[in-house]
Formats: sequence, structure tokens, C-alpha cells
Amino acid sequence: MNSSIDIRQTFFQECEELLEALDDGLNALAAASEDGTIDSETVNAVFRAVHSIKGGAAAFGLEMLVRFAHQFETALDAMRSGKLVATPEIVRVFLRSADYLADLITSARDEVAPTSSAGPDLMERLAQMVPANGARMPAQPAPPVATPAPAAEADDFGFQPITLSFDAAPEPTAPTGFAIRFAATKQLYRNGNDPVHMFRALADLGTLKTRLDSSALPPLDQMDWAGSYLVWDLTLHTTESQQAVHEIFEFVDGLCTLEISELGQETAPPAEVAPPVEPAPIVTDATSLKNGPAASAAIRPGPGKPATQAAGQKGSVRVDLELVDRLINIVGELVINQAVLAQCVQDAGIGTQSDVGAGLDEFRNLARELQENVMAIRAQSVKPLFQRMARIVREASDIAGKTVDFVTEGDAVEVDKTVIERLVDPLTHIIRNSVDHGLETAAARQAAGKPAAGRICLSAAHRSGRVLIEVSDDGAGINRPKVRQMAIDKGLIPADAVLTDAEIDKLIFLPGFSTASKVTDLSGRGVGMDVVRSAIQSLGGRVNISSTPGKGTTMSISLPLTLAVLDGMVVDVAGQTMVVPITAIIETLRPAASDIHAVAGAGKVVAVREKFVPIIDLAETFGHRPSSQDYSSMVLLLVESGQNERWALAVDRIHDQRQVVIKGLESNYGHVPGVAAATILGDGKIALIIDPDETAQRKRPQAGFAPALMTEEV
Amino acid sequence: MLTILAIDDSRTIREMLRETLRNAGFDVHVAVDGLDGLEKLEAVAPDVIITDINMPRMDGFGVIEAVRAGSTHAALPILVLTTESAPDLKERARKSGATGWIVKPFDDAKLVSAIKRIAAH
Repeated sequence: MNSSIDIRQTFFQECEELLEALDDGLNALAAASEDGTIDSETVNAVFRAVHSIKGGAAAFGLEMLVRFAHQFETALDAMRSGKLVATPEIVRVFLRSADYLADLITSARDEVAPTSSAGPDLMERLAQMVPANGARMPAQPAPPVATPAPAAEADDFGFQPITLSFDAAPEPTAPTGFAIRFAATKQLYRNGNDPVHMFRALADLGTLKTRLDSSALPPLDQMDWAGSYLVWDLTLHTTESQQAVHEIFEFVDGLCTLEISELGQETAPPAEVAPPVEPAPIVTDATSLKNGPAASAAIRPGPGKPATQAAGQKGSVRVDLELVDRLINIVGELVINQAVLAQCVQDAGIGTQSDVGAGLDEFRNLARELQENVMAIRAQSVKPLFQRMARIVREASDIAGKTVDFVTEGDAVEVDKTVIERLVDPLTHIIRNSVDHGLETAAARQAAGKPAAGRICLSAAHRSGRVLIEVSDDGAGINRPKVRQMAIDKGLIPADAVLTDAEIDKLIFLPGFSTASKVTDLSGRGVGMDVVRSAIQSLGGRVNISSTPGKGTTMSISLPLTLAVLDGMVVDVAGQTMVVPITAIIETLRPAASDIHAVAGAGKVVAVREKFVPIIDLAETFGHRPSSQDYSSMVLLLVESGQNERWALAVDRIHDQRQVVIKGLESNYGHVPGVAAATILGDGKIALIIDPDETAQRKRPQAGFAPALMTEEV
Repeated sequence: MLTILAIDDSRTIREMLRETLRNAGFDVHVAVDGLDGLEKLEAVAPDVIITDINMPRMDGFGVIEAVRAGSTHAALPILVLTTESAPDLKERARKSGATGWIVKPFDDAKLVSAIKRIAAH
């Protein structure tokens, strides 16, 4: 059992959640700091998040993390107790501190050095926020020298605390044992301590003899039922040190009279009235320790809606992701099995109106429902991803020296967990690009009559069975002449290529293309937009760019909801069964011979409502037979590519429309352009799932331009 | 076997407590915050409560005060978990009735020995 590794994993998982809560809280604080309505529960939640991170980090000895979290926590504590007012300036430092904390956590998890060097500066800023008298130095133990407790302290319990001074302990010659005289106060019992347990613990150290002195016991009628009258004389024979003995009484130090002397000495020395070992309580504002610092001027008690409560009470279970994936697989098999069964029944000549047919139909519905629900387990909201991007924007804009308003929309949209995880890198890159290249400098913006602060909007939305994620900025837009020139310089396109604006924009997705005139801190990390594109394609997604000069650029990423199933059109292509994702199909049509035209250089096209759409013969594209001459006998599937181009896929026959389980091919075959994956059909046969977009790219009309665009398959 | 109710809002700490205490041969139950802990108190009927201080909904002081004010478990040993050896926190915990404290990050042996000092074993 490798429990400590498991717990470590739990810690980092929990950190993600805590960072999310931290971000939520700080964003709420940021908004509230503008109008001065700070909710104390928000401050508490933020404090708790940092506190928990620190607590866990300490358990794993993650020192850098502990030190920074401690400083952060101290500043938050000052705010909690009303000693620090949440100004927008201070909240900004908190936000940056949260970013740095996230960086430290990642580096601790991956056991690498933190990427950001903001630490010392932030430490300093956080330290400055804390009023000097209230500062607790990080990682410094309590002062070892005891200070006498104020008299009032002793009066509270009605006794005079007595302990032995350890400074007077003899040099470490092994003692043979100790004589201990012990008398408890009422408070000792009230706190749940029991001398018997302490004595048992003492007995664990050696041989213990106890003698009860009940001489102080008053007559029954004068006895306080909750009073403490008993005194014990203990003799402990042990080789343990006095320190070990004293440790047993650690919790009751100050709640009892305790005299410890070494055995063998003539008489026990008179009990020294020594200051308690415990440092005196630092007099603080008592409310600072409580959850609701009602006395604080800067903080108003919240309207009684504990933000963290809802999450905790949703009634959820934590399930191992592996288990969910196994479930998804089994359900996938079930769906296939159902299809096989249905095929058998049909082959046996049993009609769909029969009892068996009706039962099968119900089976299919249930299987489908089951599948959808199992899939839903894997779905997660994009919110944590978006929050992470907010951090990236802050970090990138800091480095670039630009002011950026970051806006998110559709945080609640849910996507498959794997999709979200694998979106992090491409999205980070896109966002960095937007900050670095997309947005102009404040001066340039003002010269162009725009507000000095740039704006980046990250949005998610469901659109026809897919998820659309967009990053748009209000920057200068793509510098098309420059992009074109760079593509020519790099030999990506011929110098005389005739390109539309959209085609120029798409050049940035070509491998080896980068418009950065100098390698900056942000984007010059050795990857280009081609990597972003292939990352998104590997998720079954498409990325598209649109740009208006002077107005800004929008990157759109369209993704499947899940990676496990898709709704497909099952088609016949030269005797082969293939599946075309329904989401790609706009309409199907059976063309009249008169609608088909031959266009020089573009092959055959079909006229659809007075627009010519190039025909892609799937049988020909996949090498099953030469190009068909007679498309009028075939069925055309009108598909739209991510670049808003339309194509007509020619197939022999439409079989069926059904949900198919995606079985990846890439691990076995590598990426085959035009083929997204495969599936197993009801009859047990394997069918390829077509990627219409890639198929279109494969079979681009031979116009003279942009050979590079045709070879860009990744 | 000693039954322990461990209350902490951090999953990491809960798991560590559970692991350590189980290995020491205790029966461990966990709660995610003070209120949750109080709700589970009757059903679990622990011999010892270990509670974090800073938690949502109800903090550790709230737990101690509620337990001490009740009738059935008023004398239950309660250990509080503090992050650093903050003397003011320890003192305040003790004033509100905590039996003892454990400083996080806790040492397994120390945790077990602390429990043995306050409960029958």
C-alpha cells in the first residue's frame, strides 16, 4: 500500500479545488473592493483556502510553498481581523499571490523549479501589509523563553500555575526515575483531561507507583461536586528523561500543580514557582480568531450565505476516474452488444412490431440513456480552466506591460474531463498570443481611439452537439501583409500566390510559422499555432481564426462533447461501410444530373441553391475505386468545414443513422489523414469514422495557390 | 478499540489522520466541518474528538463549546489541530475547553501518544 503517495495525490487534487475557491473569493473581493462592500465570509473563505494549502504543504515538507502560503495567510489574517482594508491595490497583490501560489503548487507537484520569479517581491509586499505588531514571523517557532503569565490569566482558573523550570534540569546523566506530585484543577477535568490516562501514559515509560492523597477532601456537605480535591504522589522508575515525563503533562500544564523531582535526591526540592513553559497569550483582538469579525470596521458581516456551504452539501461522491472510464467502456460494449442483438433478431426474420422487437427497442433506449448518463459523469464545467486562463492573462499582461480586461462567458458549460485537461496547453498558448501579439500597447490603442486597456473575452457555449470555445481580443487584428510576406519568406507559399483574407489568416497555423519579430518571453516558447491546431484536432476539434483589421481577432475552437461516442451517419462507399459524424452534415441530397458541373481545376461541383459546392468522392479519396462519373445515382452529404467552406461528400448509399462508440486508431496506426477513428457496428464489422474536414483538406481542388495548405496534415 | 472522530475541512489532512490513526489501531470516523462533526457525534459516539480550528460553517471552538455544553459528551477528550505552535490559539482552545492540541504537520508517533494521554487505552 502506497498510502503516502495516494495522500500526496489527494493533496494536489485538493489544492486545485482550493485554488479555485481562492480565485472565486479573490475575484469577489476584487469586485467588492471597488465599492467597499467586503463580505467577511468571503475573506474567511479565502483565508481558509490558503490556510489549508499551507497545512497540507507542511505535512509534505514543501517548504517554499509553506513559507509563501504563510506570508499570504498572515496578510489575509490581518484583513480578517480588520487590521487591513481590502483596497483594489491590495486585492491585486492577493490575486498575483494566488497566481504565484498556483505556480508553487504546480512546481511542487511536478518537482521542478517554479517558473515565476515573482516570489520575493510578493513576499515583501505581503509582509508590508501586516502591521508590525501583529506580525508573526514565518516558520519561526514560538519564543523558547517563557514570559510570566499575567495575573489575570491565573485568576481565570483560580489557581497559580506551577511548573518546573527545565533550565534547572541536571545534565543528561540518565536518571533512575522521578517523584511526581500532581494536583488537578477543576478546569483540567472540564477540558476532558483525566489523570488516570496520564498516569497510564506515565506507566508506559517505566514502573509507576501511585499514592492518593485525599487529605484535602472536604466533608460531603461542603464539597463542590465539580471541585478537585485529590492529590497524587507518583513514583516513576524509568530511564526516560524528565522531558519525556513532562511531555505527558503537556496539555495540563497550567491546569495543575505539578512537582517533578529526580529520585535519589534527599528530599524533593520545594516546588519552584516558575513561569509556565507556555508563552503568555499575546493579547489580540479576540474577534480576530473567530469566524465573524463583527468588530472589524473594514469588514461587514456577510448576509448569511456561506459560499462554501453549497458546494459541500451538494451530495456528491468522489469516484476514481479509472472506474468511470471502465464504466464508459462497458456501456460502450453494451451499446454494441445491443446492436448485434438487434441485427440477429432482424436476420432471424422477427419483425420490429413483435414483442422481441419492442423489447429490443426499449433496450436500445435504456442503453442509450445509460450511456448518456455515464458520459455525464465525466463532464466538468470549464470554469476551472477559465480561471486558470485568467491567471495566464494576468501573468502575461504583467510581463508584456499591458493592461487587460479579461472577461469570461459560459463558465458553467460542461465538457469531458479529458477534453478540458488537454485544452489547457493550446488555450494557454492562444491566450498568451492574444496578449502578446493580438493586443496593442496602451499608447498604440489610444492613438487608434481605443480604450487603453485591452479586452480579451473567453467564452464557451454549446452549439449543435459541440462545444464552441472562443478567444477574442479587441486588438489590431492580423497584420495580413506581414503574415503573407513571412509565409513567402519562409517558403510556405509561392510569392505570386493569390490568397483570400481568410486564407492568409490561416497561414499562421502552418508548421514553422511565427509572426513574432522577436522571441518574447511569452510566445517564443518554441511552439507555433500549428501545435495548437494539432492538439485541438487530436481532440476531434477544429480551430478557426477570423480577424478584422483594427477591430480584433477571434479564435474559435469547436469540440465534441465527449470523446467516447458520436452520432454518425452510416454510409456505403464502394462496398465499404463508413461513418460520417452527423454534426458535420448540413444536409443530404440526391442530385439531378443537371446539377453536376465540371469545373476546370476543381473537379466536379454540385449546384446547391445556386452555389457551387465541390464534390469529394469518398470512394476515390480512400482509394476504393477511380472517380465516379455519374454522381446523380449517388447520395451527397453536404458538410461544412471548420473554415466555413462547404463540401459535398459523395457516397453510394445511406444505411442508417446511429450512435457509434469511438475506438481510437491512433495508438495502433498513427494518424491517418481523413480518418478520425473507427467503430464496431452491429454486425461486428469495423467501420472507419470519417473526419470530413481533413478529408476536404486532403482533396483540395488543384487551384494554383498554397500547396502548403494541402500538406499541412499533422 | 478507541473510536475517534476526526474533523477537518481539508481532505488531505482527513486522509492523513485516517491513515495514521487506523495504523495505530483506532476506529476512525471523519467529518468535514464542525457542524458535520456535531451531527455525527451521536452516531459515532467517539472516545476522542480531533478537530481542526479553522473550518467553514462551524469552527473548532464551536465544536468544543457545543460538546462541553452538552450533557452526554461533556467530558469527551478533544484534541485541536493547530497549524503552527501559535500560543494564542492553544491558549484560546484550552480556555474554550480543549483537552490538548496537536501541531500540524503532525508526527505520527506524537499524535498517537497525545491520544493515549487523554483516553483509555
